[in-house]
Amino acid sequence: MSSTNQVGPGALLRESFIELSARERAAAVLDAGTLRELLGPFDRIESPWLPLQGIVCQADDGAVIARGTIDGQPAVVAAIESAFQGGSIGEVSGSKIAAALELALADCERGKIVRPVILFETGGVRLQEANLGLAVIAEIQSAIVALRAHVPVVGVIAGMVGCFGGMSLAAALCSMLVMTKQGRLGMNGPEVIEQEAGIEELDSSDRRQVWQLIGGEQRTQTGFADALVDDAVDDVRTAVRAAFAQGMPHSHRSANVDATLARLAQIDPASVTPESMRAVFAASPTNLHGETA
Amino acid sequence: MEQLTFDYPAQRAVTTRAHVGVVGSGDLEVLLQPASDMQARVVVHTSVDGYGHIWKSVLDRFFTRYDGAALIEINDFGATPGVVALRLAEAVEAAQDGERGAQS
Repeated sequence: MSSTNQVGPGALLRESFIELSARERAAAVLDAGTLRELLGPFDRIESPWLPLQGIVCQADDGAVIARGTIDGQPAVVAAIESAFQGGSIGEVSGSKIAAALELALADCERGKIVRPVILFETGGVRLQEANLGLAVIAEIQSAIVALRAHVPVVGVIAGMVGCFGGMSLAAALCSMLVMTKQGRLGMNGPEVIEQEAGIEELDSSDRRQVWQLIGGEQRTQTGFADALVDDAVDDVRTAVRAAFAQGMPHSHRSANVDATLARLAQIDPASVTPESMRAVFAASPTNLHGETA
Repeated sequence: MEQLTFDYPAQRAVTTRAHVGVVGSGDLEVLLQPASDMQARVVVHTSVDGYGHIWKSVLDRFFTRYDGAALIEINDFGATPGVVALRLAEAVEAAQDGERGAQS
C-alpha cells in the first residue's frame, strides 16, 4: 500500500445510493426485508398516453410505491425511477404517489401514524401527459401539506437527475429534505434556462457553475434543503431515520413566508452569485448523520 | 413503436415470476411469469422498428437453453442484442432464485 493513500478501505467500499434503481432505493430506505410493493410491475398500471405517441411504457410507469417499516414504525416510500422518461411525472406515476400519500394521510387521521418518504429523481411533469401530470403534481403537493400536520414528510434528492419543475415545489413542501452533493434542486433545469434565457444567462454545460447554483451543498447552505449526506446507502438510511426521530420541525420552510420575502428583497437578480445567496440565506444544515457523526 | 410476438415449445412449468431491468435508454424491462399452458411466449414492445429478425435470432438462441413455460413480456428502449440476452438471463436467474426461495 502506498503511504500517500489517505482514503481508508471503508470509503471505497461504501455502496452508492445514486446507482440504485428506484425499487432498490425503496428497499434500502425501509427496514431490511419489510418491503411490500403496491401496484408493482405485474399489476401493469401503465400510462395510457405514451403508446398513442409511439413511446414504450414501463410496467410500473416509473413510480415504485412500497409499504414497510422504518425503525419498526409503519412507513410508505414513493421512489421515482429516473432512467424511465427522466423520472417525469405522468398521470399514472403521479397518481400512484398521490394515492400513497393520501392513504397514509387517512391512516394518520385515524391515529395510525405512517411515515412517508419521497425519493425524488425527476425532471417534473411528463410533457407527453401535460395537464394530467400537472394536475396530479398538485395532488401530491396537497397531500404533503395535509400529511405534515401529522407526521414529518421526508424527501430525498440523491441525484443524478435531481428534482425540477412542479416536483421541486413538492420537495420544498417536505418537512425534511435530504440531499447529496450530486443532487440538484431547482424550478427550471439548467438546459431549460439556457434555452429560454440564452447562454449568457447560464451555460448548462458548465457543471461547476450549475452545481454551485442548485447543487446539494449550496441548497443546504442556504436553507432550501436541510441535510447533506454522502452518496452512500448507509448515510441516506441513517438520515431518513434521524429525520423521523427528530420529529416535527418547529415550522415548515414553506410557512416562513415573511422571512423568506425579506431575504429575497435583499437579492439583486442582476448580480446574484452563489456567494451572495449564501450570505443572505445563510443556514446551518441539520445534522442527520446519527450518533457517530 | 412495434409489437412482436414469438412462441416457443416448453418442457417444464414455471412457478414464480420475476421482473428485471428498466425502460431507459439502451436498456429494457423483462417481466417473466408462468404461462397458462405448456408453451413459452414472448411479447416484445420496442421503440425501434424493423428489427424483428434480430429479435428472432436473440430469442432463438435463448430458447436453445431455456425450456420453461413462461410468458415473457419485454418493454425495450433500444437495447442492443447483448443487453437483451443479459437481461433475459438475469430474469431467468431471478425466477429460479424465487423458486428456490419458495421451496426452502
